[in-house]
Amino acid sequence: MNLVDLHKKLEENTGLLIFGILFVSAIGGLVQVLPSIFQDSLSTPSENVVPYGPVELMGRDIYIREGCSTCHSQQVRPLLAEVRRYGPYSGAGESVYDRPFLWGSKRTGPDLHRIGGRYTDVWHRIHLIDPRSVVDNSIMPGYPWLAERDANAKGDIELRMRALRRLGHPYSDEEIAGAAAKLEGVKEIDALIAYLQSLGTTRGPGAVR
Amino acid sequence: MATNPVTQETYHDKVVTGLVIFSIFWSVLGMAAGVWVAAELLWPELDFGQEWLSYGRLRTLHTNAVIFGFGVSALMGTAFCSVQRTSHVPLFAPGLAWFCFVCWQLGVLAGGISLLAGWNASKEYAELEWPFDIAITVIWVCFAIVFFGTIAKRRIKPIYVSNWFYGGLIIVIAMLHIVNSLAIPVTFYKSYSLFAGAQDAIVQWWYGHNAVGFLLTGGFLGMLYYFLPKQADQPIWSYRLSIVAFWAFTYSYIWAGPHHLHYNAVPDWVQSLGMVMSLVLLAPSWATMVNGIMTVSGAWRKLKTDPALKFIVLALAFYGLATFEGPMMAIKSVNVVSHFTDWTIGHVHSGALGWNAMITFGTFYFLVPRLAGTELYSTKLANVHFWLAMGGTMLYILAMWGAGVSQGLLWLSLDELGELSFSFKDIMASMAPYYALRFVAGVIFLAGGVLLAYNLLMTIRGRETVRVQPPAVTA
Repeated sequence: MNLVDLHKKLEENTGLLIFGILFVSAIGGLVQVLPSIFQDSLSTPSENVVPYGPVELMGRDIYIREGCSTCHSQQVRPLLAEVRRYGPYSGAGESVYDRPFLWGSKRTGPDLHRIGGRYTDVWHRIHLIDPRSVVDNSIMPGYPWLAERDANAKGDIELRMRALRRLGHPYSDEEIAGAAAKLEGVKEIDALIAYLQSLGTTRGPGAVR
Repeated sequence: MATNPVTQETYHDKVVTGLVIFSIFWSVLGMAAGVWVAAELLWPELDFGQEWLSYGRLRTLHTNAVIFGFGVSALMGTAFCSVQRTSHVPLFAPGLAWFCFVCWQLGVLAGGISLLAGWNASKEYAELEWPFDIAITVIWVCFAIVFFGTIAKRRIKPIYVSNWFYGGLIIVIAMLHIVNSLAIPVTFYKSYSLFAGAQDAIVQWWYGHNAVGFLLTGGFLGMLYYFLPKQADQPIWSYRLSIVAFWAFTYSYIWAGPHHLHYNAVPDWVQSLGMVMSLVLLAPSWATMVNGIMTVSGAWRKLKTDPALKFIVLALAFYGLATFEGPMMAIKSVNVVSHFTDWTIGHVHSGALGWNAMITFGTFYFLVPRLAGTELYSTKLANVHFWLAMGGTMLYILAMWGAGVSQGLLWLSLDELGELSFSFKDIMASMAPYYALRFVAGVIFLAGGVLLAYNLLMTIRGRETVRVQPPAVTA
């Protein structure tokens, strides 16, 4: 029986064709993706890595909402030039509380994985509202609306932390109960800055240039 | 002798016409959004301080409108059209086909608005939040029921090759979409991914790469396998090659995702396997290209008179280019330079403009006059469109090669003391000429798309979709 005869069976039977496609296309995922899902070393936090506090978490969700990862990666590759430019290269254990991951695929602007502590809060505030007032030639858009709105305006911070706890983030009842108080008077821009300042700091200040 | 068992039956083509019209609508809107974000990279004030016009949100709308509005509507429409004609029966469950059409358009519209409102799951090509993910799943299952239902009641024994590819699109995208979208909802507009960090990255690029693979490549190969032989008036050059290429493609594409994560914090073996399988993928990709080119080879003279065929042949050429460039960029030592740069953007557009848009345009120039039972309104305009589309795509790719290769090399450049040669800011500022060229390229390509919309709307204006009967079949 040659190949073409064998194939006749598949292409004359709808069910067999459906099954054939599903089977053949699933192999790659089963061999390559599935083991990684159950690889503990990829979901074990590295030293000092803890879940985001309520302010940083809100800031991170604002980062996601504004599509910051469209232009900024959070992944320093283990290359000499990258480590010189940004700091220590990124490890899997640093992103275990990142849902979703924000490594990005494009650097229209610079990588941000080691941005924490490199600039002052005031610099970030000015830069986020009007980037060209501190970085001439910058093509980053301004985000003036972040300075006007309360970070927890919708009052959903507890819901967010509860959902993450269900996924295994070790938040205590006290932390969740006290979250709204921590966000009192915090504007969206403050939360975003708190998140940016927390990025990459678990690996120490590093050789940041 | 040949008799048609149910002579009253006609194909359900009105739903095809509807999908084609909306596909054209989303192509113009999605590409206009693309031109706008390209302009924002030159003049960042173009968002006028409005959050919904902000780059991070509008760029996401651009990709979603083009892939899910333009691309999927075109695929659904041409799948409904070709599955009837290759099965010699009208659609199974035509009401469900209308449901797919209407709900998909509403979904793209509402989804687009939600992206501008900042609902963003942040996974590339899967940015829509969980309510949309559920809606997409429901519509997709209905699409599958209509499509495979039609095949199941076909009156000719073999299932034609175009249907394997459309079938692959439906099945594999369903699998990828469901797994990658798994999340815990927080509120109506927010959810957290079931996967975190490196594991999320691996799942996302298994999805992301194969959304390109089975939607933007496989789905459109289904379009190619039906409409190319029709337009060229030639049978497929090698049936045997189409079998081998299909299964090799379906098997090997799914492994290539991790090349999006080279030198990222995922296991080395995953990266290396992704690279090797990306190189393997060149074989089935080019096998299909060769099969397509050889199919046209008896009909080269038609290129002089038929703008539709010209588009398809050019699409094949860009398909060949993009499927060669992809494996090259998946080599780790090349990827060191290309990753995170505009080279990636150029590569995506050589596929999206050169392959997906071109083959769809060619198919629409062929299909729409036939659906309306008339001639194309203007062959001349279609020829003008052809040159605009080709010029725009070439300029786009060249600009992004220039930008991407310089970014990649300048970022990595160290002086003799081992210090960085250039600051990020200076490299970014030097991109302006390339971004200006890209903007011009986008305007040219969009202008062509507007010409197509005008030309085809004039073609079908005031006409009913022709009612076509399935051919008589000998049992």
